[in-house]
Amino acid sequence: MSSMPLASNTIKLFAQLGGVVTLVSLLAACGDAPWNNPYPAEESDKNILYSSFSERPKHLDPVRSYSSNEYLFIAQIYEPPLQYHFLKRPYELIPLTATEVPRARYFDAAGALLPSDVDSARVAYSEYEITIQPGIRYQPHPAFARGADGRHLYHELAAEYIESVNTLADFPKTSTREATAEDYVYQIKRLADARLHSPLRGMLSGYIVGFADYSKRLEGIYDALKKQTGTAPFLDLRRYEMEGVEVLDRYRYRIRIKGKYPQLLYWLAMPFFAPMPWEADLFYSQPGMKKRNITLNWYPVGTGPFMLTENNPNLRMTLARNPNFHGERYPVEGEMGDRANGLLDDAGRPLPFIEKAVYSLERESIPYWNKFLQGFYDASGISSDSFDQAVQLGNQGEATLTDEMEQQGIKLITAVQTSSFYMGFNMRDPVIGGLDERGRLLRRAISIAVDYEEYISIFNNGRGVPAQGPVPPGIFGFREGEAGINRYLYDVVNGKPKRKSIDEARALLVQAGYPGGQDKNTGEPLVLHYEAVGSGPDDKARLNWILKQFQKLGIQLVIRATDYNRFQGKMLKGTGQIFSWGWNADYPDPENFLFLLYGPNSKAHNGGENAANYSNPEFDRLFDQMKNMDNSPERQVIIDKMVELVRKDAPWAFGFHPKGFTLHHAWYHNAKPNLMANNTLKYKRLDPQLRKQKRAEWNPPVVWPVLVLLMLLALSVIPAAIVHRQRERSAAR
Amino acid sequence: MMAYIVRRALYGIPILIGVNVITFMLFFVVNSPEDMARMHLGMKRVAPEAIQKWKQEHGYDKPLLYNAAASGTESLTDTIFFEKSIKLFQFEFGSSDSGRDIGYDISQRMWPSLAIAVPTLIVGLAINITFALLIAFFRATYIDYWSVVLCVVMMSISALFYIIGGQYVVSKLLHLVPVSGYDTGLGAVKFLILPVIIGVIGGIGSGTRWYRTLFLEEINKDYVRTARSKGLSENRVLFQHVLKNAMIPILTGVVVILPLLFMGSLITENFFGIPGLGSYTIEAINRQDFAIVRSMVFLGSVLYILGLILTDISYTLVDPRVRLS
Repeated sequence: MSSMPLASNTIKLFAQLGGVVTLVSLLAACGDAPWNNPYPAEESDKNILYSSFSERPKHLDPVRSYSSNEYLFIAQIYEPPLQYHFLKRPYELIPLTATEVPRARYFDAAGALLPSDVDSARVAYSEYEITIQPGIRYQPHPAFARGADGRHLYHELAAEYIESVNTLADFPKTSTREATAEDYVYQIKRLADARLHSPLRGMLSGYIVGFADYSKRLEGIYDALKKQTGTAPFLDLRRYEMEGVEVLDRYRYRIRIKGKYPQLLYWLAMPFFAPMPWEADLFYSQPGMKKRNITLNWYPVGTGPFMLTENNPNLRMTLARNPNFHGERYPVEGEMGDRANGLLDDAGRPLPFIEKAVYSLERESIPYWNKFLQGFYDASGISSDSFDQAVQLGNQGEATLTDEMEQQGIKLITAVQTSSFYMGFNMRDPVIGGLDERGRLLRRAISIAVDYEEYISIFNNGRGVPAQGPVPPGIFGFREGEAGINRYLYDVVNGKPKRKSIDEARALLVQAGYPGGQDKNTGEPLVLHYEAVGSGPDDKARLNWILKQFQKLGIQLVIRATDYNRFQGKMLKGTGQIFSWGWNADYPDPENFLFLLYGPNSKAHNGGENAANYSNPEFDRLFDQMKNMDNSPERQVIIDKMVELVRKDAPWAFGFHPKGFTLHHAWYHNAKPNLMANNTLKYKRLDPQLRKQKRAEWNPPVVWPVLVLLMLLALSVIPAAIVHRQRERSAAR
Repeated sequence: MMAYIVRRALYGIPILIGVNVITFMLFFVVNSPEDMARMHLGMKRVAPEAIQKWKQEHGYDKPLLYNAAASGTESLTDTIFFEKSIKLFQFEFGSSDSGRDIGYDISQRMWPSLAIAVPTLIVGLAINITFALLIAFFRATYIDYWSVVLCVVMMSISALFYIIGGQYVVSKLLHLVPVSGYDTGLGAVKFLILPVIIGVIGGIGSGTRWYRTLFLEEINKDYVRTARSKGLSENRVLFQHVLKNAMIPILTGVVVILPLLFMGSLITENFFGIPGLGSYTIEAINRQDFAIVRSMVFLGSVLYILGLILTDISYTLVDPRVRLS
């Protein structure tokens, strides 16, 4: 053995490491794609949109999907009869697979046709006749595949065959067929099937004629068949008719509604009402399919512009063009400014523009943000961590991009969301609730003290608009400007709202009988309880802020932190006192917000969405009058009265309507926010060549620091080797 | 030895029952079946009867541990605990509360976890042992002193810092590898380089310091003095004698964690978007999917017991004096 084997071994090791690094570098350098490109190099100039998702979608079955992370996918796949116009505001319903937006026909209890402008009270039934376009075909799917004898190939599969299958792609043959009115009716029947847990089942039971009975009937039939056969049977819903839904011919069907319910049209623009082929239902219902994870929840089958070609929600989900798509064209008209903003450049061109959309799982915001800046995602939201890097706020609160973003050609789009966040007071509570003057004044005092302007500034980076009532901007019934200001909480200064001073709030508290936050009768301090969701480090600052708002009035606030589920339990029991909650619009109608304060929707009494359990007979009467009206000046008057009532009673401290900030790169086009439509992927256009060029420009590999580091490591071995040599020699002496 | 292994495996059964009971109690102290139903059914427009139906369909409509309404053994067997636990002991994980086959998901997600854990372990072990031997060689010198200081500094830094710092420097500034992501087959290599490097660097501090202690303990033993007195070079003393004898605690330390490599790393997988078993468990906890939580805890316990048995066996392989009986 030589005298320096250890040192020479170490040097050799570093040399080998250097070799590996160089080899990896050379391998990576073989292509012209940036080394940090997370996608295959051959996709660099392809017309593919890259985006992400942070949580696995729970349900992709349109009967059950109801959250935005699920609609991100299924709204591109399933096509209900109607959709929202991409560009026009206020939001307008237009046909998607229907030939036209259906008009309701009204009937009295005797079945006589009523005029269209009849008083709602006289309407016993409404009928909607929907005609769908011919020639709409489903995406290729094995459920449609037939053999030479005309029989479906995969409808009576043997257990062994199913055992050998892992994904839908393992079925070699696929086919398609035309979507018919029967498929739309089939899906409505599925909504009634209790086993499928549709969130709309309860609501639709109150509207569609025969829906509730059908639901019960199906349960009975299923249980009887299961008892008889001992296995979970397939129910072919075509065999069981629902009274209120009828197939008129191959392309027409009719829905019969109890009374008047114009909001049905909005629901017809959601995937709940998309067509479902019975073949797919049967295919997925075969015994053993569920065990192989082959279900409608995992593999959608639709008629839309895209189809889900890869569903690996632990890694990636891919939407590719549906080769059978019936075709649609980009809108030729929009609202003012759309042409100037280039949003009509593609007018009349066939949709969709992109070939594929790849969604990668990205659980953390930091890697996502870095990849967006490197050009590997086409658009991005802005997390609080990245806000200061991306956006600067001017003196008037206007948001502009930072120089760094401007230099990268990144564009910013902002839009006030059709959502309302509020602090709710449990109106059943003897201290904070009640419609008496004491309760009103106490709640109004708190509403003034809780400074949501400050909240938006601290916790939302200024991304929000303080709410003046329950109806958010963009929804009929919302009042702009001075007319929309809540005079109970705000003064009007130069036509703009200015929150009343804390002294005024204290004065209200005195009137309520709690001077300085103490009960004037007992002298006891006023102690209130706030039901908080989450108590982690992220929530602490927010909860401290809420405590401080109450301290301004001398009120002692006890925070009872819990998780969201338990919080919901408390709300259902009506045991919470003060809480914060929010609501996102299902559709652009004030009914969808005002019903949150409708007495019969009380959460504690009826499990509805009125979490404050507010019950004012006058408000309820006005709601009943307003809910079925078409948008008109008369409706606006009623809404104004309702908003005035809730401002006076203050069951909520109106919080804010969040403002969405979205960034996108210069190669990403037609990025107009549409808060109602979910099927907007088809309108997006890319410039892949520009993206490729920018990615290469922004991501040149920098190797020298690695080489320097390796050299330093190698050099550091030299003194060690010298010491080693000296030691060895001294040992030899 | 066979009798010993069988005996140890049988000892594992009460441990697994205990773990299962504790998991069950802890889970249902925090979540009620109603909570689980609400979580699965969604946040909006969930009717009370839908919650009842979900509970019934998923077997959560029964008493938790004791069924007072039933008689005889059924009072124990007709409960959520019994029905959900018994199949685990047959390694039948069944379906998750959202309907997915848990066994299939585990079989799919263990490979990405292993793809990070195995190279991190092997490379980390090689580097840590090399550094520890070097430090032991230069014991009681400034190299030793400053190396230990560096090790303490490195082991004091949070894993999260290594991850975010690594992503920032290597991916964002130097543009050498993707920030995050994963792919199948050879495509996975470019995504694994950074997490493996970060995993190795993050482990150098504690690993090197631990192995250094082992080597120094061996270096002061009589047989080492004898070897030196025979005129052997320091290299031969270290590599042929010290390393060999220090292998016993090294090996046992490694063998015990080998089965747990399947379980993955939560933070690494989350930040690098790697679809492994670490993120699978945390996703299940967040979604209140009890079926997955109990399966993963059970699997983790089984693997830990397996690791301990393997450790005992490995003793006999590296130290002829040890006999299992």
